[in-house]
Amino acid sequence: MSQARLLTYQILVAVVFLLIWHIGSSVEIFGVYFLPKFFFSTPSDVFFRIIKLFSGPLIWKHLSITLTETILAFLIGAGGGILIGFWFARRPMVNAIFDPYVKMANALPRVVLAPIFMLWLGLGIWSKVALGVTLVFFIVFFNVYQGVKEVSPVVLANARMLGMDEKQLFRHVYWPAALSWMFSSLHTSVGFALVGAVVGEYLGSAAGLGYMIHEAEGVFDTTGVFAGMVILAAFVLVVDAVVTRIENKLLVWRPEQAGRNEA
Amino acid sequence: MAKAVSLQSIDIVYGGSGGYRAVAQASLDVAEGEFVSIVGPTGCGKSTLLNAAAGLLTPAMGQVAIFGHVLNGLNEKAGYLFQQDALMPWKTARDNIAIGLEVRGVAQAEAHRQADDWLAQVGLQGFGGRYPHQLSGGQRKRVGLAQMLIRNPTILLMDEPFGPLDAQTRQIMGNLLLDLWSREKKAVLFVTHDLEEAIALSDRVVIMSSGPSATIIGDHPIHLARPRDAMDVRLDPAFHALHKRIWEQLRGEVMKAYQGGVV
Ligand SMILES: Nc1ncnc2c1ncn2[C@@H]1O[C@H](COP(=O)(O)OP(=O)(O)O)[C@@H](O)[C@H]1O
Ligand SMILES: [Mg+2]
Repeated sequence: MSQARLLTYQILVAVVFLLIWHIGSSVEIFGVYFLPKFFFSTPSDVFFRIIKLFSGPLIWKHLSITLTETILAFLIGAGGGILIGFWFARRPMVNAIFDPYVKMANALPRVVLAPIFMLWLGLGIWSKVALGVTLVFFIVFFNVYQGVKEVSPVVLANARMLGMDEKQLFRHVYWPAALSWMFSSLHTSVGFALVGAVVGEYLGSAAGLGYMIHEAEGVFDTTGVFAGMVILAAFVLVVDAVVTRIENKLLVWRPEQAGRNEA
Repeated sequence: MAKAVSLQSIDIVYGGSGGYRAVAQASLDVAEGEFVSIVGPTGCGKSTLLNAAAGLLTPAMGQVAIFGHVLNGLNEKAGYLFQQDALMPWKTARDNIAIGLEVRGVAQAEAHRQADDWLAQVGLQGFGGRYPHQLSGGQRKRVGLAQMLIRNPTILLMDEPFGPLDAQTRQIMGNLLLDLWSREKKAVLFVTHDLEEAIALSDRVVIMSSGPSATIIGDHPIHLARPRDAMDVRLDPAFHALHKRIWEQLRGEVMKAYQGGVV
């Protein structure tokens, strides 16, 4: 399918969706509204609310707080995941000992940790960052571990025959291999950093997109909730586009990547 | 004078004692500057033998001596061109070639200059910026050749280096190899399943028996004039006589391997 047609269909989906929403919420059919305003708001209300929000100063504060939390959660979680992932992959003994605990910790639904983090770290950004870190860490950890474990034995043997010592092997072989795995999960981990931030804000805070949505819900302001969701979705798209650009820059050497660039 | 490579009745066992004895009682000498090919049925243990000469595998019995010194650990005098793809996929052709000098402490600019020189020598001028996946199989092998040769090893171990290439490319690569080798004679241990290629390139062709417990069963000197052209030499009547004689021995082994279910 050509780009233009694809785009046409994509826009068509949005138009149909908005139309159904609009008709359901604003046009009386057989004496009832199928999507009562109180529960569903209306597309135009949401649209004008978003305009209003962006003409005020508060939205930028919320956005920047959520962004800060996301970036911090990602950096700390990824940093920890890389370090521990490397350590476990190079020391099978350590991995064997900690394996059940890692699995237990990873199986835990993170939401239950949110109140604990708030107790420990307060209602500021750090309790949200901590929640994001627990999500990002495991994704990066598992990927880096896998990346180091699955370095091709032939590439490794070749590197050793080329005279590399342990330190050089790390720098020229293990590190790039692990990074490529980490970057392959970049979208997921950045996404989870954001989820951690927003869920944390939602459960208790005084700023951020999650807080904004929660606040609107508290007063049954459906329009506010939907406006917050739309802004959040747009925010995710922007972050994702930035990640894609970084990824394309860093992984030029990967065959699949090249394919995607050409497509 | 001490031999460049001397395999002295080596046994190689996979999977610890009681494991699979791939090679048994194999002895083979390669003199300084001598080009020796190993031919044998697939799966007989040619790569295994080469790995032992490289120090990547330790014999369960017997020993490997390099210039008269018993090998303990990696063979630092040897360059190894692996049967499988062994280039670092995250490095460009130039960086893959230069790395062997860089790990030795040569400055990057100088290493790159020499790498570009080698790229030209293997006929890949202008391909330095490409990543391995952007090169054809033959081009990757040439990069591998340059990667090995830039370190100026005194022993070259090559494992079916032209295996995946088409017949024409193989002969061009064969001539390239002979050309490089004739300038600076190195001891070469060259594995191939192509008897014609072995005769065309070598000073000696040795035959390996089919496994398990494979060993060297034949040693044929090739008294064809040097310098040789890897293509034209095949038209020489002496070439045919040699081919006939060696093939008679090899055929028996290939049949055995075939019936033994190895192939
Ligand atoms: N890592 C390994 N573990 C167990 N068996 C192996 C291993 N590598 C090779 N072998 C076995 O050793 C024999 C010789 O293998 P190889 O040296 O690769 O043969 P060739 O290079 O002559 O085709 C084969 O039967 C193969 O299955
Ligand atoms: Mg082999």
